[in-house]
Amino acid sequence: MCAVRALTKTYPAQRGRRGVPASPEVRATDDVTLDIRRGEIFGLLGPNGAGKSTLVRQLTGLMRPDSGSVEILGHDIVRHPERAARILAYLGQESSALDELTVSLAAETTGRLRGLDVRRARAERDAVLDELGLTGLAARPIKKLSGGQRRLACFAAALVGERPLLVLDEPTTGMDPVARRAVWSAVDRRRAEHGATVLLVTHNVIEAETVLDRVAVLDRGRVIACDTPSGLKEKVAGEVRVDLVWRESAPLNVPEVAALRDRVVESGRRWTLRLAPEEARAVVATVTGGAAFAALDDFTLATPSLEDVYLALGGAARQGLVRA
Amino acid sequence: MVRTPAAASVPDGTTVPAGATASNDPSEGELRDVSVVPADALGGAAPAAGGQRVAGPAELGPRARLWPSLVAVYRAQLSRARVARIPLLFVATFQSVGIMILMRGVVDGGGEARAVVAGSAVLVVAFVALNLLAQYFGQLRASGGLDHYATLPVPPAAVVLGAAGAYASFTVPGTVVTAVFGCLLFGLPVTHLWVLVAVIPLAGAALAGLGAALGLLAPRPEFATLLGQLGMSAALLLGVLPPERMPQVVRLARDLLPSTYGVEAFARTFGERPDWGLVLGDLAVCAAVGVISLAVATWAYRRAAVR
Repeated sequence: MCAVRALTKTYPAQRGRRGVPASPEVRATDDVTLDIRRGEIFGLLGPNGAGKSTLVRQLTGLMRPDSGSVEILGHDIVRHPERAARILAYLGQESSALDELTVSLAAETTGRLRGLDVRRARAERDAVLDELGLTGLAARPIKKLSGGQRRLACFAAALVGERPLLVLDEPTTGMDPVARRAVWSAVDRRRAEHGATVLLVTHNVIEAETVLDRVAVLDRGRVIACDTPSGLKEKVAGEVRVDLVWRESAPLNVPEVAALRDRVVESGRRWTLRLAPEEARAVVATVTGGAAFAALDDFTLATPSLEDVYLALGGAARQGLVRA
Repeated sequence: MVRTPAAASVPDGTTVPAGATASNDPSEGELRDVSVVPADALGGAAPAAGGQRVAGPAELGPRARLWPSLVAVYRAQLSRARVARIPLLFVATFQSVGIMILMRGVVDGGGEARAVVAGSAVLVVAFVALNLLAQYFGQLRASGGLDHYATLPVPPAAVVLGAAGAYASFTVPGTVVTAVFGCLLFGLPVTHLWVLVAVIPLAGAALAGLGAALGLLAPRPEFATLLGQLGMSAALLLGVLPPERMPQVVRLARDLLPSTYGVEAFARTFGERPDWGLVLGDLAVCAAVGVISLAVATWAYRRAAVR
């Protein structure tokens, strides 16, 4: 469906200007090779700045790579970037082109620009707005909607005019659970009825675990792993994650707690530990009894998530991923 | 001859790509399974495993044709006026009306009055089509909004012409109000005001094309805003003030500004017996500048859309 081979893109070094420090050359996409199969929901997971959007922009023909190839449904997108627009629908992070239109006109115009005639564009617009529960907001300008509704309206525009590949860059940002469900059921329907393929960019590990068939984990422009979410999680199957939240500060006077100090990832009052199951049991026993318990506000014990996979694979960002 | 299991799977492996019409996963799985066969046997299977289907590339979705997509963009842009542009249209009109009232004390009829009225009317076009469109495209480009259009199969000319046309249309009410008010204020004949039917679209095309090109070429949105403002200031200073009082250098600058020809064409029609040949000549200059600047803007759009 979509084959990416040795894709590389480097942003040149920037000279410093007043108020803007100089930045060195950045390799935003570093020798990326991927295969996306027909009908799957394929994810790109990584913290902000990992190069997800840059990679997607190259797959959608918006940016030319320095080297490497992208082939979608047999079309060479590097040589013919304009063909991407006739194969895929893209939902970018920006909505400024649609902001001042009403929800209904944004969807209709997008359909018209995908080559539909007026009748088809209007029929598809009505069907999509109905499907996503946006009919009540149809006459409102997108600008005046809340963040999540605005995102949903742009998603609606992306769906008008059937495409075999949907490229969605963080589609559910700011959405409430109802809107999220509407997005995923719309995606599922297109997959079941038309065999649509979805490329999803996300930094949300829960979303990645629940909706993706396969996921490529990106870090600093490189793909550090690519597998099914459960396959990836097996890589850290031997570990358990322990989160400890202290009331004020960690009771370092307790020797067992002090001993953990070099192994935790601290964020405010929260300590996060990745441990072997028996070690985790021992830690839980320590903190839930004796002097440490008085200082403890909350604790959780969990099986590893894709965030743990990312960190175990050497991911650099400590807090770039979101669990929501 | 002994057929090993690996060799036995070769016929399967080599016939699959020939028969595979689409990207069906099971065949892909089978092909991966035969990776133990000798290298020469893999030769036939390699193209399929490499992703190049024998069936050839898939059919592309339809391309949006120029006219329908131009109309769609135009309609969408026009609707933005309701949300965002009406206050600015008032500003544009009041500005021109205010300038005419100011000039009333300085100019005492005749050729100078014609120049002031024509200049003020065309100034509305410059404000909206040049200044606001430059800002719009500058911001759209900087915020990544062009991605939306660039990932739709729409001809670049449709996006640029649709937006330019809509902005030129925004100027109609303000220009007409300014022209009528000016005629009443300075006691000019309204007989030939119909010429606005040609002046607005042609001056609009020239100035909107310039605005779009500036907005799309400016490396940063602040530059686009600055260039748009400067363009409008030039149209104000060089278009509204009567040329007879200008030094030679400034007159030359005036001749280089496309809005001047719209102003001249319009001003000529206030005369007793307008020289329609000269009016047509001026309008032809506007049209030519319009064609060139819109072509440049389309090229700039293409360049801005794929980085």
